Amino acid sequence: MTMDSVSASITELPPATPHDHAPPESFLRKYVFSLDHKVIGKQYLGLGLIAVCTGMFLSWVMRYHLAFPDKAVPLIGWIAPTFAAGGVITPEFYLQLMTMHGTIMVFFVLTTAPFAGFGNFVLPIQVGAEDMAFPRFNMMSFWVTFVAFAVLVAAFFVPDGPPLSGWTAYAPLSAVGKSSGPGEGLGQTLWVIAIGIFCIGQLLGSLNFIATTLDLRAKGMTLARLPYSTWAWFITSMIGLIAFSVLLPACVLLLLDRVAGTSFFIPAGLVVSDAIQPHSGGSPLLWQHLFWFFGHPEVYIAIVPGFGIISTILPAVCRKPHLGPKVLIASQLAIAGLSYMVWGHHMFLSGMSPSSATLFSVPTLIITIPSAIITLLWLGTIYGSKLRLNTAALFCLGFVSVFVTGGLSGFFLSQPSIDTYLHGTYFVVGHFHFVMGVAAMFGIFAGTYFWFPKMFGRMMNETLGKWHFALTFIGVYATFMPMHWLGLEGNVRRYSSFPSDYMHGSLPLHRFITYSALFLGASQLIFLVNLIWSRFRGPVAPDNPWEATSLEWSTTSPPPFDNFGGVHPVVYHGPNEYGVSGPRGDYIMQTDPPVAAAPAATA
Amino acid sequence: MSMVKRMSPPSAARTGVWVGIGAITMSFAAYTSAMVVRHGSIPEWQHFTLPPILYWNSLVLVASSVTLEVARRRIGGPFDRLGHSETLLATKSREWLSWYRITLALSFAFLVGQYLAWQRLASEGVYLATSPSSSFFYVLTALHALHLVGGLAALVYALRCLRSDDGPRPVNVLAAAALYWHFMAVLWIYLLVVLALWV
Repeated sequence: MTMDSVSASITELPPATPHDHAPPESFLRKYVFSLDHKVIGKQYLGLGLIAVCTGMFLSWVMRYHLAFPDKAVPLIGWIAPTFAAGGVITPEFYLQLMTMHGTIMVFFVLTTAPFAGFGNFVLPIQVGAEDMAFPRFNMMSFWVTFVAFAVLVAAFFVPDGPPLSGWTAYAPLSAVGKSSGPGEGLGQTLWVIAIGIFCIGQLLGSLNFIATTLDLRAKGMTLARLPYSTWAWFITSMIGLIAFSVLLPACVLLLLDRVAGTSFFIPAGLVVSDAIQPHSGGSPLLWQHLFWFFGHPEVYIAIVPGFGIISTILPAVCRKPHLGPKVLIASQLAIAGLSYMVWGHHMFLSGMSPSSATLFSVPTLIITIPSAIITLLWLGTIYGSKLRLNTAALFCLGFVSVFVTGGLSGFFLSQPSIDTYLHGTYFVVGHFHFVMGVAAMFGIFAGTYFWFPKMFGRMMNETLGKWHFALTFIGVYATFMPMHWLGLEGNVRRYSSFPSDYMHGSLPLHRFITYSALFLGASQLIFLVNLIWSRFRGPVAPDNPWEATSLEWSTTSPPPFDNFGGVHPVVYHGPNEYGVSGPRGDYIMQTDPPVAAAPAATA
Repeated sequence: MSMVKRMSPPSAARTGVWVGIGAITMSFAAYTSAMVVRHGSIPEWQHFTLPPILYWNSLVLVASSVTLEVARRRIGGPFDRLGHSETLLATKSREWLSWYRITLALSFAFLVGQYLAWQRLASEGVYLATSPSSSFFYVLTALHALHLVGGLAALVYALRCLRSDDGPRPVNVLAAAALYWHFMAVLWIYLLVVLALWV
């Protein structure tokens, strides 16, 4: 569809409208310090891609060492001669790798790509705006996040290397400084500063998402007509706004404990490395409370955008309306609310009283209800549909699968008595990689295959895409499913090797997981090749290749600088008009004129 | 292709400030709840007397909120569709400007007053790391001052918009800056009560 064909349903921009910013002309303004939400969205996705490659590489080193504890890891002795001389992984270096893997993946992949990346590119177009409400804040948001990443990665290059306190940076280990282990000096300080800076970037982003959704909607775009992905990003912004507002103070206090001699998280009389610490009266549990008050909602910051992406793609590939759209939104809002009442389930082992544990266990079980409702709505939408089985659709189906798999193990972990046994084991590693890591990644892949034509004006290769899906799906289950078994066997996590005889029995399974992880990583090369090849050589994309309804498909691929070519779209329909008889076929776009006005528009 | 970017509607700036207020409130709720938890969990919590100048500072900050409102009411219409007022531009040195300047002066006075309070405590040997209570005192007051400096920058920016012929709608910028400024005063009163009770 061309811009002309939608002009019947849009109004001309009034002349002499005060403008906020004109199209940039210099390279720097156009591609680097851009105010354009579309460029910023791509920048976030690019950062996510760099981060995920880094994080995955770190996981390979860990996996290789777990499978072959007595062998030197190839190449690592050359890459990191200071920390892993001759390729030997010390227990401390293993923990440093684990800390950086978790931090990079959770913050710079699972938060930036599905929320800030796709949200930035798509949300303003889906609401019918020409940009975010505050483009300068938007640019700052990305560059602040980039600086945070740079500061974090800098920890690899300081004398003692990166921190080893895990992505959760539990105090007092993270608070007392150099004496508590390698990387706990400057490396840990850089970690705290990086995460603090990251919070500021995400707060600026959330502020923009909320203001844009509330105030910059096109005429006729009521809240009920918002596409489900926009709803999801909007809800995620609200979760993020509260979560990062708490993590930031926690980082400030931790930094002061490290550099200014305060004692927020360090108790009196603490002896570390045979030396009594010069602190008194702090509470390590306070850090855990503040961190997990952010940390659990963070799970939903990673996954709710995936909900939105799947709910936007599914009706388009199923060619039928999404089941229960209002229930879908209400369930996501319920998840957002409940996500602030469950943080204690990460702390069942912290000495919490059984009654407190029950208080956190019950909402944890309750939060599965809206999650199950959403899953059932997806299944109901898929059931009996004329599914167009393209790569985006496959990743949607894959998302449902891994989300259910990961969610089911959550039932067990939500009960304090069972969690006491499983918490320190690989069962938890399998659980959160499925429900948070892989599910969010499948959302990212689905979104990439779906919106790539809009972003770059070219189609991705479907054959490569389907191979990518098939191998990824197999790789994911082969890697993370056996971890549940290891956990049930009592295989503890966070250990760099398993010296006891009992644990030696699990070595073959660890080797299988390592081979699977390498296979899974290698499968992603197909995606990278497809991404680069399609960007330059892919067939030119039409404006609406998926015959979808939302506003981004009513403009050109890629959209012009102001998104709609100088016109303001007017919205007449919801995003769910599939399986109907419309002028274009079995769908009605949001900008299509209402039925009564159709003859006039045709005339 | 049009070369324009649509300007944010008036409500966007206000929404932005409200969202910001939400985030800052949550942030200070985290700090103060941490303080209350710490106060309750350790028997050796050391109380100290707040420097009396803090109460005078509070009056100064509240007064600056009042003078800002007076200035806003003195800025009369009619405004053109860009939110510029011809009377405003023609009467640059009128009454509103004096009230606005008083507001800026009072906000500077508040910051100086806070600095004096820190000096007073330092002279008594109470520093950031002296005790848990002093740590919280310095953190809370310093972070409030940092947020206040942001508000001060917004007020200066709004003044620049008010006095120039182009740029964004000055009345909206001023409304958003004023909303934030009033919130800073409310936040400070809350912090003063919290500090007086627990520190």
